[in-house]
Amino acid sequence: MLREITLGQYYQTNSVVHRMDARTKLIATFAYIISLFIRTNIYVYLIAAFFLSVAIIACRVPFKHIVKGMKAIMVLLLVTVILNMFWTRGEVIFQIWKISITWEGLRIALFMVFRLSFLILGSNIMTLTTTPSNLTDGLESIMRPLKAIRVPVHEIAMMMSIALRFIPILMEETDKIMKAQLARGADFENGNLIKKAKSLVPILVPLFISAFRRANDLAMAMEARCYRGGDGRTKMKPLHYEGRDYLTFLILIIYLAAVICLGYYVPKFW
Amino acid sequence: MKLIVDHLRYEYNKGTQLSVAALDDVNLVLKAGEFIGLIGHTGSGKSTLVQHLNALLTPDSGTVYFDGEDIFEKGYDKKSLRGKVGLVFQYPEHQLFEENVFKEVCFGPHNLGLDRRTVELRAYEALKQVGMEDEYFYQSPFDLSGGQKRRVAIASVLAMKPEILILDEPTAGLDPKGRTELLDRIKTLQKEAGITVLLVSHSMEDVAEYVDRIIVMDHGKVQYDDTPREVFSHYQELEQMGLSAPQVTYILSDLNEKGLVLDQTATTINEAKDTILKCFGMR
Repeated sequence: MLREITLGQYYQTNSVVHRMDARTKLIATFAYIISLFIRTNIYVYLIAAFFLSVAIIACRVPFKHIVKGMKAIMVLLLVTVILNMFWTRGEVIFQIWKISITWEGLRIALFMVFRLSFLILGSNIMTLTTTPSNLTDGLESIMRPLKAIRVPVHEIAMMMSIALRFIPILMEETDKIMKAQLARGADFENGNLIKKAKSLVPILVPLFISAFRRANDLAMAMEARCYRGGDGRTKMKPLHYEGRDYLTFLILIIYLAAVICLGYYVPKFW
Repeated sequence: MKLIVDHLRYEYNKGTQLSVAALDDVNLVLKAGEFIGLIGHTGSGKSTLVQHLNALLTPDSGTVYFDGEDIFEKGYDKKSLRGKVGLVFQYPEHQLFEENVFKEVCFGPHNLGLDRRTVELRAYEALKQVGMEDEYFYQSPFDLSGGQKRRVAIASVLAMKPEILILDEPTAGLDPKGRTELLDRIKTLQKEAGITVLLVSHSMEDVAEYVDRIIVMDHGKVQYDDTPREVFSHYQELEQMGLSAPQVTYILSDLNEKGLVLDQTATTINEAKDTILKCFGMR
């Protein structure tokens, strides 16, 4: 019943993007997102679209699968489009009664759609091609300098990886509990809002109990294997940059340079 | 009560490269009053099958008839079906949520829309059937021992007065004493209350002692459907499916190999004892 949520789940193929160092992908995604938010015009979006499609082709995850993540932001997208379209002042091109659509509003709305969907697709590619454990390893490694100002980097990364690890487990658990309560005649579909909210109690109580039980078991298991924080810990598969990572960084720098040039120096006529 | 499983087929992860046929053309007839054992290795499809019997899962093709009616037909009342086909999941104690034992057991019959008196009467009866003492009724279910929690969870299904009770691995994680106690109670229910029981298990000893009919599943297919005696005589084939026969089957077969001529059809320890004594002319 709950198996349809794909947002941020790893999809196994053996592509260049999958084999890339997690740090490269993190930095590239971050830089890409920033590039969408500095001065933009139609050329910047064209280049951004090109960059994104190269990544989509290179990662060899079915396009349908990548786009699935967009469903989650459909409502947000619609709201931004409508707000921008009707509430931006400027040259009116279309008017009924008090509602008017302006040239500027249309332009901003369109750019907003590009911006948000590129953002989601870009970060989707990162999470689809990187295992959660690699992702947190990469984050930990990138944030390591923050240790100097007493940020518990390892602990944050560990918490993140545990949280990510538990998402599928708890989803499966929810599915099981839901079925068990259905077998006891529970009804999650009919009734008004209050009744529906009440019908969640038989799911939530066992779910929380099981989450605490699992957390307890995990803490015990970690303790039994002498886990004592990040100091002096080594990795079974340490991260290291290879040729493809350096190449990616080069492409990224060229891309950013192009975006900045186009954004600042090309006259805006659209 | 009559449950007919007709050419049932179900696939997990349909349409992806990970698709697995969990059920592949399953046909069965379950009749009133039977005590049936459903056995199979992990992943053989037994849990998937039982979730079709009360319409928790919808098959890809084929269907299930309860008392002659197609349960997957549009408009069929699934809620009342789930009251008649009681399913107790594996580790049922993990679904407990109420503040006390009695309320917990009331949940099932209350959902069926019965009036308060009937609900409470049924809850009381069900708790008695599983052997819970009155002193526990107003305790939190979370303060009980593992075995007691499980009995409460089973009572919460029994309180709906199902015509067939399906138990998925009811003895998993129980000590030997708790196991026999629980299975004895289920046997009593089947005999005295006339409830049909389907026991899903992979413990051959459990199954051999109590059931009159065994269904063996492997790779989503029904391999055997017969009396325990008949099924366990195929113990070599069972081993190939990652299953085994009761220990006494092996002892009798070893004795036979060593030259002792005896009847090899015993499935429980008592029957085996009689067979061996008979062989030595002591019975």
